[in-house]
Amino acid sequence: MPPLSTVTVGTHLDERTHEPSMVSLFLYNAAIWNPHRIHFDADYTTQVENHPGIVVDGPLQGDWLSQAVTEWLGDDGELVELEYSNRRAAYLGERLRAGGEVVEVDRHARTVTLRIYIKNAEDVVISPGRAVVRLAH
Amino acid sequence: MNETSEARETAGLITPEIRQWIGRSDEPQRLEVTRRDIVKYSIATQQRLDKYRRGDEAPPMFLFNAHQPLVDLDALRPDGLTVDPLLPELPLKRVMAGGVKNTYHRPIKAGDALVLTRTLTEIYEKQGASGPLIFVVYAVRVETEAGELVMEETRRRIFR
Repeated sequence: MPPLSTVTVGTHLDERTHEPSMVSLFLYNAAIWNPHRIHFDADYTTQVENHPGIVVDGPLQGDWLSQAVTEWLGDDGELVELEYSNRRAAYLGERLRAGGEVVEVDRHARTVTLRIYIKNAEDVVISPGRAVVRLAH
Repeated sequence: MNETSEARETAGLITPEIRQWIGRSDEPQRLEVTRRDIVKYSIATQQRLDKYRRGDEAPPMFLFNAHQPLVDLDALRPDGLTVDPLLPELPLKRVMAGGVKNTYHRPIKAGDALVLTRTLTEIYEKQGASGPLIFVVYAVRVETEAGELVMEETRRRIFR
């Protein structure tokens, strides 16, 4: 990330596109030991739980939010707080974007607060969040 | 918060019996963090930083779900989920992720031995666009076996 002296309110994080596949969702759910069928069983998901398709995990979107921040931060500081809400569901096949911007800079405490988001193809924020980072120098 | 309180009173899905569960904790979960598990997680989530890809340090959301008890297949619900020992029978059955608030105190590294303690902190009801929703909130405290605080997680699940 740029040095603290150049970070100002309004500084944008690079947006990153995420298009999970059946395989990436499977591996994610295996990694967190989540057997919820709405993430791999299409018939069950649409017929029993009435979703339009396989559901992209809410915490996976939370992970992408964390990556928007940690990629910006690199090894120059640490994540102190991460907070998000899953407001709207996302489904397999959707193209989602993670990004954010600086909303507060505390040069004394060396902390930066960011507003972060997951947006869908219609540019609707489906998972808004907030992060606080502390910079090393 | 006033809006929430009103919804609670009007829909009435949260009985006093259900409310009694608030404040309970379940059996602490012990886990050893391995480099291999971090690398698997990092591949699945397409991490880009070397410290995560090499498995030196766990990405911030690595411990999501780590508090859940590991049970045999025949103890899973029809939807695949683990029966939650920290919840009574709720009138709504379908589960969605609601969100998280994590506070990080120190990085999680390969080799760490952690203890996760989970407490049910809230159960409340809201009227959603397509019917009533029950929100369940847990607090998960992550410490090292030596008692050093590593992370605090607040997690919401939504029943619909």
